[in-house]
Amino acid sequence: MKKIFEITCFIALFALVFTACSSGTSEAETSLGSVLKEEGKTVNEAPGGKAMTVANEGNQTNGYQIGDVANDFSLKGTDDQDHSLAQMSDVKGYVVTFTCNHCPYAVMYEDRLIDFHNRYAAKGYPVIAINPNDPAVEPEDSFEGMKTRAEEKEFPFLYLFDEKQEIYPQFGATKTPHVFLLDKDMVVRYIGAIDNNARDAAAVTEKYLENAIEAIEAGKDPEPNTTKAVGCSIKAKKS
Amino acid sequence: MTKRNNYNYLLFALIFILACSSQPKENNRELEVPASAEVAKEKASASQISQSINVPIHDFKGLEHLLHFENDTTYVVNFWATWCKPCVAELPYFEQLWDDYGDKKFKVLLISLDFPQQIEKKLIPFIQKHQLKSEVWVLNDSDANSWIDKVSTKWSGSLPATLVYNRDAREFQEKSFETYEELNEMVAPFVK
Repeated sequence: MKKIFEITCFIALFALVFTACSSGTSEAETSLGSVLKEEGKTVNEAPGGKAMTVANEGNQTNGYQIGDVANDFSLKGTDDQDHSLAQMSDVKGYVVTFTCNHCPYAVMYEDRLIDFHNRYAAKGYPVIAINPNDPAVEPEDSFEGMKTRAEEKEFPFLYLFDEKQEIYPQFGATKTPHVFLLDKDMVVRYIGAIDNNARDAAAVTEKYLENAIEAIEAGKDPEPNTTKAVGCSIKAKKS
Repeated sequence: MTKRNNYNYLLFALIFILACSSQPKENNRELEVPASAEVAKEKASASQISQSINVPIHDFKGLEHLLHFENDTTYVVNFWATWCKPCVAELPYFEQLWDDYGDKKFKVLLISLDFPQQIEKKLIPFIQKHQLKSEVWVLNDSDANSWIDKVSTKWSGSLPATLVYNRDAREFQEKSFETYEELNEMVAPFVK
């Protein structure tokens, strides 16, 4: 009887040693395996506790549809000059892109937009970036913040401020980034995403915006003419 | 016989001590971390317990079933991310729903669009810090154009966004809720 008890104790002890130490090892493996490589830019974390923004776009289907003629606008750029589409000469179209400073998705596309403008402005399709956000709601998207960002990244394109928040609702922009491709007659030809992989430019398999321009150049309608992407809600002024 | 067994006990104890002391210090501490989040909060920092929180990561196909349960439960599905300020601001309202409907057939699912490299550093500590009652899933699927319409054709893709459904009805809203009442207005008609 005593012997049985002792054997049981042995087994229990052995099991204890085994489980305690092996689980320690697996924890170590887990924590090693979970050391994830930091890539791209650090994204902004919301300061905790602070009551923040509300985007009131709701289920917005207002705004331009494919085939609508866009209204021109006059907005101040980071160069302190007012800019309108009609002012631009020698253009065959306009890549109107609602974007901003604070949104990780907008940031992920900054370099691609720069590259895009550098390749397509010469062909007659300049990027016109517009920040639609209310800085009272998102301080990072202030006009000063825009100037700083434009300088840091040496934006080759116009970066305009929709200060009165009157332009983005006309377009029906709901998020950043959100692209509207207009042709030379300011007809809306393509709405949506720049490509099909926000996080990894190298993994892109569909260059929606580029394909849309190529279609227009070839005298065709872009296909698809509308795409969707994840983005940050536009920060509307709080009523 | 008994004496020899005593030596054996000692031997085992020695093996135990040696084996475990060779583990890195941090892991020894992790072993002590209890599974219960509440106790854990008192005893360890968020980073230490991060290993014990399980956050499933899937592409859209892998979690599409969360949007289509056909049972008698009402599901509130919120798309959010820790970097999205309006999402974080409205999150307490989703947690508050449990107070009103916790005793009903009701569930809140939080689908995070945090980036893979932020899950350990931001998302898990966030879940821990706020002691979230709702289930958190990570949607890791870059090709958003392929799945946004499958959540709702009303969704343009901006965050936050909320789907409420049961087997009889569904409603989608692409907006942030300013108050608990506003959210509850959307949810209440669904819960029986």
